[in-house]
Amino acid sequence: MSDLTRLTAADLAERLAAGDVSSVEVTQAHLDRIAAVEPAVHAFLHVSGEEALATARDVDARRAAGEQLHTLAGVPIAVKDIIVTKGLPTTAGSKILENWVPPYDATLVERIKAAGLPILGKTNMDEFAMGSSTEHSAFGNTHNPWDLDRIPGGSGGGSAAAVAAFEAPLAIGTDTGGSIRQPAAVTGTVGVKPTYGGVSRYGLIALASSLDQAGPVTRTVLDSALLHELIGGHDPRDSTSIDEPLPALVAAARQGLTGDLTGVRVGVVTELTGEGYQPGVSARFAESLEVLRGAGAEIVEVSCPHFTYALGAYYLILPSEASSNLAKFDGMRFGLRVEPTEGPVTAERVMGATRGAGFGDEVKRRIILGTYALSAGYYDAYYGSAQKVRTLIQRDFDAAFTQADVLVSPTAPTTAFKLGEKLDDPLAMYLNDVATIPANLAGVPGLSVPNGLSDDGLPVGFQVLAPAKADDRLYRVGAALEALLEAQWGGSILDRAPELEVAR
Amino acid sequence: MSTQTVDLVDYDEAVARFDPVLGIEVHVELGTRTKMFDAAPQTFGEEPNTAVTPVSLGLPGALPVVNGTAVEYAIRIGLALNCQIAERCRFARKNYFYPDVPKNFQTSQYDEPIAFDGWIDVELEDGSTFRVEIERAHMEEDAGKNTHVGGSTGRIHGAEYSLVDYNRAGIPLVEIVTRPITGAGARVPEVARAYVQTLRDIFRTLGVSEARMERGNVRADVNLSLRPTPESPLGTRTETKNVNSFRSVERAVRYEVSRQAAVLDAGGTIVQETRHWHEDTGSTTPGRVKSDAEDYRYFPEPDLVPIAPDRAWVEEIRAALPELPAARRRRLQGEWGYADAEMRDVVNAGAIELIEATIAAGASPAAARKWWMGELARTAKQQEVELAELPITPTQIGELQALVDAGRINDKLARQVLEGVLAGEGGPEQVVVARGLEVVSDDGPLLEAIDAALAGQPDIAAKIRSGNLGPVGAIIGAVMKATRGQADAGRVRELVLERVAQG
Amino acid sequence: MSTLSRDEVARVAALARIDLTPAELDRLAGELDVIVESVARVSEVATPDVPATSHPLPLTNVFRADVPEAPLLAADALAGAPAARDGKFLVPQILEED
Repeated sequence: MSDLTRLTAADLAERLAAGDVSSVEVTQAHLDRIAAVEPAVHAFLHVSGEEALATARDVDARRAAGEQLHTLAGVPIAVKDIIVTKGLPTTAGSKILENWVPPYDATLVERIKAAGLPILGKTNMDEFAMGSSTEHSAFGNTHNPWDLDRIPGGSGGGSAAAVAAFEAPLAIGTDTGGSIRQPAAVTGTVGVKPTYGGVSRYGLIALASSLDQAGPVTRTVLDSALLHELIGGHDPRDSTSIDEPLPALVAAARQGLTGDLTGVRVGVVTELTGEGYQPGVSARFAESLEVLRGAGAEIVEVSCPHFTYALGAYYLILPSEASSNLAKFDGMRFGLRVEPTEGPVTAERVMGATRGAGFGDEVKRRIILGTYALSAGYYDAYYGSAQKVRTLIQRDFDAAFTQADVLVSPTAPTTAFKLGEKLDDPLAMYLNDVATIPANLAGVPGLSVPNGLSDDGLPVGFQVLAPAKADDRLYRVGAALEALLEAQWGGSILDRAPELEVAR
Repeated sequence: MSTQTVDLVDYDEAVARFDPVLGIEVHVELGTRTKMFDAAPQTFGEEPNTAVTPVSLGLPGALPVVNGTAVEYAIRIGLALNCQIAERCRFARKNYFYPDVPKNFQTSQYDEPIAFDGWIDVELEDGSTFRVEIERAHMEEDAGKNTHVGGSTGRIHGAEYSLVDYNRAGIPLVEIVTRPITGAGARVPEVARAYVQTLRDIFRTLGVSEARMERGNVRADVNLSLRPTPESPLGTRTETKNVNSFRSVERAVRYEVSRQAAVLDAGGTIVQETRHWHEDTGSTTPGRVKSDAEDYRYFPEPDLVPIAPDRAWVEEIRAALPELPAARRRRLQGEWGYADAEMRDVVNAGAIELIEATIAAGASPAAARKWWMGELARTAKQQEVELAELPITPTQIGELQALVDAGRINDKLARQVLEGVLAGEGGPEQVVVARGLEVVSDDGPLLEAIDAALAGQPDIAAKIRSGNLGPVGAIIGAVMKATRGQADAGRVRELVLERVAQG
Repeated sequence: MSTLSRDEVARVAALARIDLTPAELDRLAGELDVIVESVARVSEVATPDVPATSHPLPLTNVFRADVPEAPLLAADALAGAPAARDGKFLVPQILEED
C-alpha cells in the first residue's frame, strides 16, 4: 500500500472517513516511506513512530465506535522542530537545545492532537529559523528531493522536503520572512503564511515576534486550506492573536478549483519582478499570469516603491527581536550548559561559554547585529528607522490593494541552489527572501503554489498576497492556478520529480 | 566585603552645610490572584518552583498575556497619586542577563508609563504636610529569588553556587518614581519615611496589595545627593537598593547624608553607584558602579499589544476609589471635634481605626479618645506592644463606657474593669459581675451603712445636726469604706443630709 | 553611518553574552560591516514625519482575566534543568548583584 503516501490529505481523509483504509495503515505507510528515503533526504530530526501509531490506533477505534471526528482525523502530519511538543524533543535545529523535551504543547499542536492527526516527527530547519537553505541546522543538511545536491529552501526545508518526498501529506512550517513559502517554491509544494495573528504563536520558539507566523505546508492548495482551518483561529494565550473567526478557507479553495476567476483583480508588483529573477522563473511567472487572465482575472500593474527597503528593514527588525528572544538560551534553566575552559565558573561566564558553544555562526551573526541595532546610540538610526519603513510598506500594500484584490510575484528569485553555494556569503543568502519579506513586515498573508519547472528542470513557485484577514483570497486564486496548470500538465508537478533512491 | 572604616559627618552638621535632595523608587507587589503575564497563581511561602508555568519560567515558545486586574490596580494607584493616566502606553523589554530573570529581559514600561505627573501630600509627625511630586508609576514584573549557597558567610561574593526559585518571577509590580524631592532640609529622613509609609497606607486602602513590608511586598530604592545650597545644581546621587522597612528608609537616608558629607568634606567626589543597605550595621556599601556598559536595549515588547485605557473605564475606577487615608483623617477629625494636636497623637499612635470602631460601639468621641490615648496607651507602652495588639476590642471599650454612662460604675471602677478585661477575665459586664464591682445604688444598704457611721461617730453626727456641715465628709468616707467604694458618693451625701434632717 | 569595528563587535558580543574566538571575531567583524552598511539604507526614507509600526495589526487592550491556572508540576518545571537541587534550579555562582 505504498501508494497511500502519494495521496493528498483530502483524499486520505475521504478514504479514512469511508473506512476504505485505517489510520494505522496510512501512518505505517508514511513511517515506511520515512525509513526508506530519510537516508537520502534527512527531512526529520526526530521520528515519533510509536506515538504516531498510538494516535492512529486511537483514531481508528474512535471511528469504529461511531464517534464524530475531525475531517483530518487519522491523516499524519510532520511538525517543524521550532514548535514545542510535549514529550517530543524540540531543538529548533540548535545544539543549545539538543535533547530538550518541552513540558507543554504549542496551541497548534494541541489542536492537531485534539483532531487526531498522528504526529510523524519533527522536521529539520535552519537553526532558530535563521536561514534560507536549512544548511544552518546544527544537525545536518536536508536534501531537496528534486536534486539531492541542492538545498530544500529554508528555514523550513525539512517540512517542505518531507511533503515533497511523500514522507508526510501535511506539515507545519513557520514563516518569518519566507520560511514556508520559499521552501515550498523550491520543492514544488504549497506553503501558506497566514495573516499575522491568524494562527497562534503560543509554543512557537520565537525568532522575531512581530514577524513569525505558523502555517501549512502541503502538496495541494486544498490541503493547505484544510490544515489552516484546523490550526487557525483565536487563542487567548497569544496577545497578538486575531479574535475573529477565520474566513471560509476550504470553501474558497474549492471555489478556486473550478478554475473561474471572473472579476478578480490580480496586481503584479513591479518591484518584485524583472532584474534579479532567474529567466526561467520570470518566464513561468509570465505564463501563469496568462493562465489567470484566461480564467477571467484582470491583470493590473501596481507599484510598491518602498519594497526595495524591505530587506534592510527586515534585517534590522528580525535580528533586534531575535537578540532578545534568544537571550533565554543561557544554560541556566534548560538546554545545554557549557563551562568555560579556564577561569572561574560563574553564572555570567557560563552563559557566555554556553552561548558561544551552543549557537551556530548565523545565529551569532544575527544576535550580534540585533544587539548592536538596539544598543544605546543606534536605536533610532537602525531599529527606529526600520519600524518606519514598516509603516511605509504597509502604506504601499494599502494603496496596492485598492487597485487589486490580490498581489502576485515569483516566490523566490531562483530555483534551488547547490548546497554550500551561498554559505559563505550571508548577504547573497538574504536576497532569497526579497519577494517574501514584505508580507511579513506588513502582516499580510501569502501563499506559494508551484507554477512549473525552470530551464534547469527545478520547480518554481508563484506567490499570491492578500490583504490582512483576507486569507480566503489566497486559496481561491492559488487553487484556480493550481487546477488550470495541473490540467495543462496532466497531473501534479511532483509527478515530474525524479524517483528517490529507496533504502531497503 | 570591605572592612575599611567609613568617615561620617555628624548628621546635624552635615545638613547644616549641605542641602540634601531625595528621590525614592517604590516597588509594590500587586495582590492579584495570578501573575502579571501568566495565569500561574500568586503564592507566598509555597514549595519552590510550584507556582510556575512555561511563561513564568521563560520556556521557549511561551508568550505573555497581560493581567487585566493588574492594569486596573495600576490605574487605581495612579489616580490615588493624582497622576495622569496615559491615553495609550506600551510594555518594553529591558534586556539584561541575570539568572533570576527567566527570559533575560524584564517586561517593564520604559518611555510610556501608565501613570505620570502626580503628587501626594505626606504628613509629618508635627502634623505639617510635605508634598512629594510623582514622576511616574509603571507596571512591570518581579524576578525570581536566588539563594546563594557556599562560601564562608553565604554572602554573594563567597557563594559557590546559587539556587533559583521562580515562584516570585512574574508577580505584578508597580514602580512609583518621585521627582527629585527638594526642600526637606534636615527633615529629609523623616520625609522619606513618611512618604513610604503614606504609600503603604494608600496601597492597603486601595486594596491593591497587602503591602507587608516584612514580606517584601513593598520595597524602596533610595536616591540621595547633596549640594552646597538649594540654589546649586543637583549633586551626584547614589541609589541605595532594597530598603525594606520604614525605619530602615529613615536610617539609610540619614547614613547617606553623613557619608556623602564626609566624602565631600574630604575633597572627594560622590560616585554614581548602587549601594546596598545593611540592616545590622545601619550602613550602606557600594555595589556595582553604573557605567556606560549598562545598556538595557529597551524596545517595545512585540509579544504584547498597546494598552489604551478607555476614559470611561478610568472614570469608573476613579469614582470607585475608596476614601484615601489623608482625606479620611481630615473628615474624622472634623466629625470627632479633636484639636490638631489631639488628632496628630491619635494618628501617630495608630489609633484611628480603634477609635472609629469604639465610637461606632456607642462611645462619644471624647470618651473613645480618653480610653485609647490614656489608660490603654500607657498599658501598651509598658508592654511594648501596639495598641491594636492589646487583648481588648473597641466593642468592649464601648460597653465599658456604656456602664459608666449608665452610672453602674464610676471612673475608678471602670479602670478596674479594664484591668480585668485585659487580664482575660472576660468582657466588661462579666468582669463587673465576677469582681462585684457594681456601684451600689440601692438606698437600703446605704442607709444601713449611714446609720452605722452616724452611730459610730456621735459627736460628728451631733455637729451635723446642729447645722455644721463641715464634717459631713467624714461620714461619707466611712460609708464609702464600708461599701468598698461601690457607692455613689453624691447619693451618700444626699442620704446623710436627709437622715440628719429626719433627726 | 558608522562602520562596525572589531572592537565594537567584541563589545556587542559581550553585551549579548556570547564568547567568540579571535577567528570568529575577525570574520564576524568583516561580515557584519557589510551587512550593516547594506541595511542602513533604511534611514534614507525614515523621515521624522513617518510614524513607527511595531505591530503588524493595530490591536489594543488584550487582557486576561485574573483567574489562576494549574501551574507546571515541579518535576516538569525542573526536568529540563542542567542542574537542580532541593526543588530549585542550580546555577553557577553569581558574582554581581542585580
